[in-house]
Amino acid sequence: MCTDCGCAPPQPEHDHKHDHASRKIRVEENLLAKNQRLAMGNRASFAAHQLFVLNLVSSPGSGKTSILERTLTDLKGKINFTVLAGDQQTDNDAERIAATGAPVKQVNTGAGCHLDAHMVGHGVEDFDLAAADILMIENVGNLVCPASFDLGEDHKVAVLSVTEGEDKPLKYPQMFQAADLMLINKIDLLPYLRFDIEQCKAFARQVNPQIKILELSCHSGEGMTEWYDWLKAGVASKRRMASSL
Amino acid sequence: MHELSLTQGLIEIAEEHARRENATVITSVTMEIGTLSGVMPEAVEFAFEACSQGTLADGATLEIRRIPALGRCQQCSQECAMENHLDGCSACGSYALDILIGQEMALIEMEID
Repeated sequence: MCTDCGCAPPQPEHDHKHDHASRKIRVEENLLAKNQRLAMGNRASFAAHQLFVLNLVSSPGSGKTSILERTLTDLKGKINFTVLAGDQQTDNDAERIAATGAPVKQVNTGAGCHLDAHMVGHGVEDFDLAAADILMIENVGNLVCPASFDLGEDHKVAVLSVTEGEDKPLKYPQMFQAADLMLINKIDLLPYLRFDIEQCKAFARQVNPQIKILELSCHSGEGMTEWYDWLKAGVASKRRMASSL
Repeated sequence: MHELSLTQGLIEIAEEHARRENATVITSVTMEIGTLSGVMPEAVEFAFEACSQGTLADGATLEIRRIPALGRCQQCSQECAMENHLDGCSACGSYALDILIGQEMALIEMEID
């Protein structure tokens, strides 16, 4: 059942005949208007719970789930997380995250290549959002399609691992333009790779001069403190915003 | 292939408007797609044929108008044409461009019967 977003069964068609004349009508409606409307609904509901919401985007295998596992474990008792994990198939990610003790739900998109605001709105229905500080939405591993769909998040966080090549921001500019933060992951592997991290950062800033960049390894733990500080600042700003209302 | 779900959205919007007008068939659909929208017109055309079957837009012609992108430099306020997301300002070379036009994808008008 869904009364808010219009996903209830369609109304029956009218069965009486009219005299119709062929005519042209102006519509001028954005294709993403519906997603945008649902995203704004999500955003309002997240704001009511003072929830800091991040949309994690990357190519498959960059380490989104591993970053979440480590983050949720290290910040246990300090920040309450809730996680929505998107994948085409399997509950594998949700199982890994559930092992940290955080509430998690897997959303399988089937043939879909991205999460949309509708899936997220329904995905969080069973969560106690009032008990959470941060909602992490782990998007489907895909650097193209998720860029176009607002989910109601505060920030898109793009994860790029050093095994992928430093020119990813140039190859998928729309995603790095949509992101406010880029995490360069697996930096413990840098000694073994020909990955020019300064060049990577320069490419990202060419696409998005405002993007904030953090370097880390969820394996060695290097750089994780800066990421945690960023998360804590986000949570604090949400609370400040709520108390000033 | 997010063009598939976008095209499903396009047909939903078109049907909604057609029903509001008590139309029984949509004969043509005109849309605008900006060159920086991240959407491939060819993929939309392909998806439209598949998704429109059995809907009011079954058999409708689809016209796609490409909208060339225009950006404004945050540094020097110069407005310049953009071919892609990586273009710098034509006057000062800065990459800090605000995209003014070119990200749209909209259903503009349609013919109904």
